[in-house]
Amino acid sequence: MKEELIISGRNLPHIDPHLNLWHWQISLYLFLGGLAAGILFFAAIVTLLGKEKEYEGAVKFATLIPPIALVVGLFVLIIDLSHMWYAWRLYVTFRITSPMSWGAWTLMLVTPLSFFWVMSYMKEYFLYWRWKEGWLGKIEGIVDWLAKNRKLMAWILVPSTIILGIYTGILLSAFNARPLWNNSILGVLFLTSGLSTGAATIILFGRSHKERKLFSQIDLILIGIELFLITHMIMGMLAGSQVQLEASELLLGGQFTVTFWVFVVMLGLVFPAILEIFELIGFRVPVYIPALLVIMGGVVFRFVMIDAGQLTRFLY
Amino acid sequence: MRYAMAIDTNKCVGCTDCVVACQTENNVPIGYCRDWITETVDGTYPNIEIELRSERCNHCDNAPCVRCCPTGASQVADGGIVITVEDECIGCGACIESCPYEARYTHPDGYVDKCTFCLHRVKEGELPACVAVCPTKCMYFGDLEDPNSDVSKVMKFRKYKTLAPEAGTDPHIFYLI
Repeated sequence: MKEELIISGRNLPHIDPHLNLWHWQISLYLFLGGLAAGILFFAAIVTLLGKEKEYEGAVKFATLIPPIALVVGLFVLIIDLSHMWYAWRLYVTFRITSPMSWGAWTLMLVTPLSFFWVMSYMKEYFLYWRWKEGWLGKIEGIVDWLAKNRKLMAWILVPSTIILGIYTGILLSAFNARPLWNNSILGVLFLTSGLSTGAATIILFGRSHKERKLFSQIDLILIGIELFLITHMIMGMLAGSQVQLEASELLLGGQFTVTFWVFVVMLGLVFPAILEIFELIGFRVPVYIPALLVIMGGVVFRFVMIDAGQLTRFLY
Repeated sequence: MRYAMAIDTNKCVGCTDCVVACQTENNVPIGYCRDWITETVDGTYPNIEIELRSERCNHCDNAPCVRCCPTGASQVADGGIVITVEDECIGCGACIESCPYEARYTHPDGYVDKCTFCLHRVKEGELPACVAVCPTKCMYFGDLEDPNSDVSKVMKFRKYKTLAPEAGTDPHIFYLI
């Protein structure tokens, strides 16, 4: 029997007896960041392909979510900082080795773009406003300019939303002290999950049967990739060192087993995938059920990863 | 110059003097500590082996806290000492999450705090507070690059280990075994 005890007394808040420094704020932000990245990515792709008229839900209506998601996400992120009045320090430097620095700068780019995107559609949301009069007349020029340059915004959004989506995972995988996070799959897995929840949101906002069907198909493919990546991640851990074996134990029999396999894998991925397949082969399934389940799965996944990851550590 | 510490696990009695000395010297807030004593018990009585270690920040050469810090508040000072600059710290916790030794904590004032090898004392040519007070003289501190420093001399003829070397951090607290 081997036992390690701290005998001098040590009870650091949020660190002892086990690390629990990051809570719902971080999980929620990681979800919202991925969701915003997913929606904007698809909106940008649809725009670049010149199909805005056919897929209005993706470019015009689902894109109302990213500005809200990013502002809420940034707000909870900032209130989570224990030295929050120094948050501006993020923007006087760029640390190439720190994923969080990459994320801060990417958000600085994507957040304004998400607002500009919505603004560029202002005239189409409010058809009957008098756009030539009063204060509206003053912003009309800006709105028109943004609408004209939507393709340019889309070109910037494609790479930046991929960075945003992937960084939420790399942020965690860069911490080699947390064996559950420290695998190279996590970045791609979070990106896929973000794109999947984005596609699900577009289904909810879909304006036509054709649009809902296309995004159901995209979502189905993404769910398939996600299931593959989850399997791959767990296989990697099982083939890893002792600390990774112990980390995988949390999901395979440990305290997060039910949350992960029931709420993330079964209800969040497999079940919506089955419903979407049924729908594609002609059964009538209310389209918002799989979409909402995918979004729920995305939320729970972030919570499981943040909570479980902090329980894993190196033992010496 | 590369500061390092060697701690003799055979001489340490776990009196916690180093912990109290650090708290006093560095005005560590009540309930917090920058160093602590770990007891490893191996086996069952009567076949038992105990190791006592005074632990603290390992002042790694490849410090994950410095790598992950988004503002550069975690940085390497003179002699490889890893420090945090409180005015640059935003309190995001990335360094706490990234440390395999859990050697960092959030100060009640918000910034992240940790062992500094008593940089202010070392600059004056004094020993860190924990080393200075150790009643069994089980800690050796000094410049690894100087062959005549206490730490270099003791490491020449003693076996030693580091904590979690598999984390790839290249720690600079050596435990003499």
